Amino acid sequence: MRRALPEALLAAMLTAVLAVPIFGLRIHVDGIDVSLDRTPTPVVVAVVIVFLLRLFQGPLRAAWARARPPAAWRNPLADVLRRTRQQPRYRTLLWMLLLIAAVIWPFTASRGAVDVVTLALIYVMLGLGLNIVVGFAGLLVLGYAAFYAVGAYTYALLAQHYGLSFWLSLPVAGVLAALTGFLLGLPVLRLRGDYLAIVTLGFGEITRLLLNNLNVLTGGPDGIGNIPRPTLFGLEFGRRASEGNATFHEFFGIDYSGEHAVIFLYLLGLALVVLILFVINRLQRMPLGRAWEALREDEIACRSLGLNPTVIKLSALTLSAAFAGLAGAFFAARQGYINPESFTFIESAMVLAIVVLGGMGSQLGVMLAAIAITALPELAREFNEYRMLAFGLVMVLMMIWRPQGLVPATRPRLELPERAEPTP
Amino acid sequence: MLKLDKVHTFYGQIEALKGVSLEVHPGEIVTLIGANGAGKSTLLMTICGSPQATKGSVIFEGQDITRKPTHVIMQCGLAQVPEGRRIFPGLTVRENLQMGGFFADKARLETDLERVFTLFPRLKERRGQRGGTLSGGEQQMLAIGRGLMSRPNLLLLDEPSLGLAPIIIAQIFQILREIREEGVTIFLVEQNAHRALQLADRGYVLENGRIVLADTGANLLANDEVRKAYLGG
Repeated sequence: MRRALPEALLAAMLTAVLAVPIFGLRIHVDGIDVSLDRTPTPVVVAVVIVFLLRLFQGPLRAAWARARPPAAWRNPLADVLRRTRQQPRYRTLLWMLLLIAAVIWPFTASRGAVDVVTLALIYVMLGLGLNIVVGFAGLLVLGYAAFYAVGAYTYALLAQHYGLSFWLSLPVAGVLAALTGFLLGLPVLRLRGDYLAIVTLGFGEITRLLLNNLNVLTGGPDGIGNIPRPTLFGLEFGRRASEGNATFHEFFGIDYSGEHAVIFLYLLGLALVVLILFVINRLQRMPLGRAWEALREDEIACRSLGLNPTVIKLSALTLSAAFAGLAGAFFAARQGYINPESFTFIESAMVLAIVVLGGMGSQLGVMLAAIAITALPELAREFNEYRMLAFGLVMVLMMIWRPQGLVPATRPRLELPERAEPTP
Repeated sequence: MLKLDKVHTFYGQIEALKGVSLEVHPGEIVTLIGANGAGKSTLLMTICGSPQATKGSVIFEGQDITRKPTHVIMQCGLAQVPEGRRIFPGLTVRENLQMGGFFADKARLETDLERVFTLFPRLKERRGQRGGTLSGGEQQMLAIGRGLMSRPNLLLLDEPSLGLAPIIIAQIFQILREIREEGVTIFLVEQNAHRALQLADRGYVLENGRIVLADTGANLLANDEVRKAYLGG
């Protein structure tokens, strides 16, 4: 306690120094007069809180340790997860139920909610894609938004110049993004760790700057507008069809509703997520997927087994970029308008945060984190100003209590029947 | 089977191997002994092409592999059990072995797994366990088993006795004998000169990047200089 007092005073002083310019002064604009208002209350509150917390840190910590719930129900998901791990049939059933619920849900929810969750689905796609390189192969890539941008611009440009439909552009966007990943990977994957992170960070920025300044092709900062929405086998979701086309509501003889388009986009996003999940899960059980993880654990050992590390890394980056391309095309279709602002470094950082928060290498964790990070702030709009603050707080708390992520990765087990035997 | 002809290897300016020539014949167990820093591991790594020899040639089964990239060399019927074992700690025992048989088809993989499990019953017991949870001896067994999964004609081992208890070392060396019975040629780099020479048909002594002695294992064991330098009198 005797040591705590000076420490607490120091902490309070520091808080005061930090808080005065941020909370204590407010610029007041009245017509052309600009004056400075002093608002001492928040500063005082902050200082008092920090002082008290710091002073009673010891007793508080002890109380917290005692108050911690028993391990069994600290993670409510733990029990369900353990059972799914032990029984593959239970796992399949659970996934099917989740999928059915996800398909039915938009018909019961509000239009705004469906729209927000569609946005979350884009981040699920991006998270799952980045998870391949960061989570499985252990390569830190910081310019992921570049591949996302390639996908989005591919569809936007193809639609604008050649009138290609979403369905034709989608695979093209995936392939072009994959190609970008492949070409970037060829020289860059010799690098490791921090160096790879820096180079990919640079690549992300270069891509954005290129889009911003290549006015002739990309429209520069103005972006590209009027990107057509996806159609259902040629049926449009607008009120009136464009020339030579039919609309969804006319074809089925139902009344026009703006909700149809929203729900359709949601289902489309869901289908893409399921496709990506399916591909990743298949690959994870194949030798290539195992090689990604083996490479993350020991590159020298991999080489001694005759594996070519560059090829394996390249395959991870290419596939990951392809998924970002799909997500990008879907994003362009949903927005109807894109510009370089959507592909800044913040976007790459966000996706990386999703992967780290969810648990590197864990599919379920990444999906939950993507939904949490994108949907929650949208649903609680009134706290929007504090979004980054809350985000930072969550990250710090996660690093303290669950550094392995929300749902730590578990490796799929092939030898389940054997594992049932008692091990001596 | 394996022939090194006047091999020179450099780390930057430092010449680690200064014209090493040696030969391994099919069906043999050949050992390379030497003190710390003599260049034993470098020699083994040079065979695998990482680092590549600056001068001289490495011939394996009639093929010149001196300038080939590591991953190509490791697919020509050669397997390495690296120093310090280097198993994949997060993968299960079975997955570790499967990584060793990466290029095998499914049917061959199953037969080879069975073969390794017969050689190392311990690994069969622990097949579902993560590699990192095994004891040192078991990890060494796993590393050897992983090397065998590619059906090599020649197995290169770098200090398999490193950090293991004497009884475990005896087991490992017994298994090396069994592996030779199955027709795999063995090239063994060891600091544990006594054991290695007892096991080996022939041995080479490496000193400061040069081969200073070459003889049968039994003769080297009896050699006065070898006794003084490596066997403690």
